[in-house]
Amino acid sequence: MNDTQWPLWEVFVQGNPGIPHKHVGSVHAPDAEIAIQNARDVYTRRSEGISIWVVPSNAISASTPEDQGAFFEPSNDKPYRHPTFYKIPDGVKYL
Amino acid sequence: MEDSKKLEQFEAKIASGQKIEPKDWMPEAYRKQLIRMMSQHAHSEIVGMLPEGNWITRAPSLRRKAILLAKVQDEAGHGLYLYSATETLGVDRKDLLEQLHTGKAKYSSIFNYPTLTWADIGAIGWLVDGAAIMNQTALARGSYGPYARAMVRICKEESFHNRQGYEIMMQLAQGTPEQKEMAQDALNRWWWPAIMMLGPGDDQSPNSEQLMRWKVKMESNDAIRQRFIDRTVPQAEFIGLKIPDKDLKFNEATGHYEHGPINWDEFFEVIKGNGPCNAKRLKDRIEADKKGRWVREAALAYAAKREKEKVVA
Repeated sequence: MNDTQWPLWEVFVQGNPGIPHKHVGSVHAPDAEIAIQNARDVYTRRSEGISIWVVPSNAISASTPEDQGAFFEPSNDKPYRHPTFYKIPDGVKYL
Repeated sequence: MEDSKKLEQFEAKIASGQKIEPKDWMPEAYRKQLIRMMSQHAHSEIVGMLPEGNWITRAPSLRRKAILLAKVQDEAGHGLYLYSATETLGVDRKDLLEQLHTGKAKYSSIFNYPTLTWADIGAIGWLVDGAAIMNQTALARGSYGPYARAMVRICKEESFHNRQGYEIMMQLAQGTPEQKEMAQDALNRWWWPAIMMLGPGDDQSPNSEQLMRWKVKMESNDAIRQRFIDRTVPQAEFIGLKIPDKDLKFNEATGHYEHGPINWDEFFEVIKGNGPCNAKRLKDRIEADKKGRWVREAALAYAAKREKEKVVA
């Protein structure tokens, strides 16, 4: 049997209640359960988290940095999505 | 896009203080240098567990034993953060370990010295981790995102390592004459290797202007070494221990300590594999890897079996 040192998982940790999970790094593990245990030992030895997500690394798809400009461009030509686009007379309140 | 154009954008990004992320374009020399540095760093954390692990069963109290266990576990954790960060550059941890085990990859020269007494555990935390912190706080400002982030985490944890080591030395230095002698002996043996672990002098290791510009290397070895000496000498004086350097003196004009000549022949011999413990460290590391292999295989087989059961159910 080829010694694979186990598949790679990406680790996301939620630091406190009410805030989003954040990517912290990766671990090697044979399955999700051990990935979570390893992630606890590697990334939360000093109460850095209250919840852990693990995802097989090869299950993540990402946008490509080279296309960053063109890919996110459509949001730049729609200034009317921002409230500052609209001029409201001085006397009008609560808008 | 032309490579020259990409290189220009890459350098502009670094100059403006932005981090380079795994999927960004990067020059091959940048990727190669980082893989070499980061994997060497990861290997050092893993091999670094061996000299300290030597004292876990013989720590002088339950308190010291618990602390040492936690410290050695941290070193394993640091190795894992660093392997994980290195893998973002498109290499496999399996291959990095193979390079360590075949002697193709290096680890820090310092871990090829033996831990002869309990005071050595104090000296390692105080001096070796102290020197590592100097280097790592500089690297935390480096340009490669995953490496810099790993350094930030590691530096936070090293501070505990540094303090527990100093506390061990302080306690021994304030103990019986034999205990004080043990502390002084450990300082005598670890001082010069700790000074050397920060790398060859700037005259022997011209810092490539390119690596500095790319923020792979942040400071010269001698600059980091000077800071380490300036901070550590007063700590030794405070607990009544003597730095084993008869030429050491404080220069009022520069505000820095001046040290005696460093025995670089010893450093290069250890790097070449002729240090007191090189062969033993490598043998122990390979042995640990071999002994763990059945666990890795059994866990994989178990995971595959459960996956199959899930499909049937």
